[in-house]
Amino acid sequence: MVSHAILQLKPAKGRLEANFARLEAALAELREARPEVVVLPEAYPTGYFLQGGVRELALTVDELEDRLNELYRRVWEGPLDLVIGFYERDGGAYYNTAAYFELGGRGLLHRHRKVFLPTYGVFDEERYLSRGHEVRAFDTRFGKAAMLICEDFWHTLTSTLAALDGAEVIYVPAASPARGFGGRVPANVGRWRDLARSVAAEHGVYVVLSSLVGFEAGKGLSGGSLVASPEGTLLVEGPLFEEALVLAELDLDRIPPVRYDNPMLSDLKSGLPLLWNDLERILEGL
Amino acid sequence: MKVVREVPRGEVLALDYALVADYLTRFIREELAWRGFSRALVAVSGGVDSATTLALAARALGAENVHAVALPHRESSPESLEHAGLVAEAFGVGLEVIDITDMVEGYARLRPEMTPYRKGNVKARARMVVLYDLSMAYHALPLGTGNKTERLFGYFTWHGDDAPPVNPLGDLYKTQVWGLAEYLGVPEVIVKKAPTADLEPGQTDEADLGLSYRRADVILEHYLKGYPDDYLVRLGYSPKEIQRVKALVNSTHHKRHLPTVAVLSTTAINEFYLRPLDFRMDER
Repeated sequence: MVSHAILQLKPAKGRLEANFARLEAALAELREARPEVVVLPEAYPTGYFLQGGVRELALTVDELEDRLNELYRRVWEGPLDLVIGFYERDGGAYYNTAAYFELGGRGLLHRHRKVFLPTYGVFDEERYLSRGHEVRAFDTRFGKAAMLICEDFWHTLTSTLAALDGAEVIYVPAASPARGFGGRVPANVGRWRDLARSVAAEHGVYVVLSSLVGFEAGKGLSGGSLVASPEGTLLVEGPLFEEALVLAELDLDRIPPVRYDNPMLSDLKSGLPLLWNDLERILEGL
Repeated sequence: MKVVREVPRGEVLALDYALVADYLTRFIREELAWRGFSRALVAVSGGVDSATTLALAARALGAENVHAVALPHRESSPESLEHAGLVAEAFGVGLEVIDITDMVEGYARLRPEMTPYRKGNVKARARMVVLYDLSMAYHALPLGTGNKTERLFGYFTWHGDDAPPVNPLGDLYKTQVWGLAEYLGVPEVIVKKAPTADLEPGQTDEADLGLSYRRADVILEHYLKGYPDDYLVRLGYSPKEIQRVKALVNSTHHKRHLPTVAVLSTTAINEFYLRPLDFRMDER
């Protein structure tokens, strides 16, 4: 069992100090629950919609690690794994990045730069950010994981790559503005639930979604963070539109028996090469 | 053999009003909070938009933190003031009445040639002046009450009705405001009456616009989403109605933007230099 806490928080726009202080307070609140992994949403230190302000507020991964270490040392004893979405500065380029840190241990284990930058409708990421260009599973002290950010996950191909690469847990920091109010939950929330459940069930993986909350200039980020099990059930779901600590135990020992009953991933490994010619043909035609 | 048919879909514009009400109350609370306000100010006209806004504000902040103000002019319909009182009472908010006749007429006397249409705009802008002054007096943020239909039609006084900094209803068509109003318990007489700007005696919105709101809203929703005119004709809308809607939208884009600035540099505000309106940084 690996104990997880999703920190479904609402950052104050652009206030790095306040947001790291808020994170510290949230960790202090979690001391009794003692999660082994905490998962923060996309763009947590700054808020999501920054436009050109990305340039002023982005951090290098080292700056981020220093700040996290500083607050971690004040409130935590023993190792703590932490997944966080943030705007990353690297030389003259800026990325929408998720980082996995083993605090009190090996430090930065992996960094995923968002590949699918939404630049449509209310979104304008590619105007300000560069794309990442890989999806890769990596080792943690618990097993193999991968990270995808928001729209990355709306293309199920990325989860397929992560699962084929060995990921047992897919962490998804996200920031999803509510839209479509015809049903009992906003349409985007329904979409997240459906995607998380079907991706988890298709590949026999856990999906951990950490979704930002709060209004950013009229756009209401919806929350509804969740954990989907390898069978495709929702183990837990955070509330909409408000801050919450969402706790779940991930039982990685369940993955092999679930995959034995429903061997879609191993079928894919055998069947994928048969489709390779088609994939090449289609890519050539794009 | 068993035949299974697609269930006809609900009206395109239908919303889950419980969800919408919850979302908009959070919107009001949060958008006020980061601006440093816990109180709101709503100019109540006696119409459904301001009634709905007042209901949302009372839910969001508590009735005791909401100021309602009616701003009649001597030419306003007495029914408007009566309905404003009804709304304030329905939502437990105290109503202040400030007559703008002297303000408006003081200027109008200097311009004897003033038409009723011009005076209508002066009234709307006088109301804006009072609203901003009371905002300072009460440390309460003015809430806008304009709906999406009138915003798209440019059917409002520029720098008048559209001036408040926070607007909960601006992305809801009139049809949807009616639905939300019913859900929130706005008195029926207000939901059911013919909408009017009440800037000129006997005026109604639908006569001014030459369209019914319920039909216009369906046309707008399809037009904004990129459906071709033929599609709307197949749904039973006339080419004349469709053209009227498109003409209103496309002659009023400037009213939905800030004033035009000549761009000379690569740091022109809102053209090159882009920051969201809630952008802040740590104070060092």
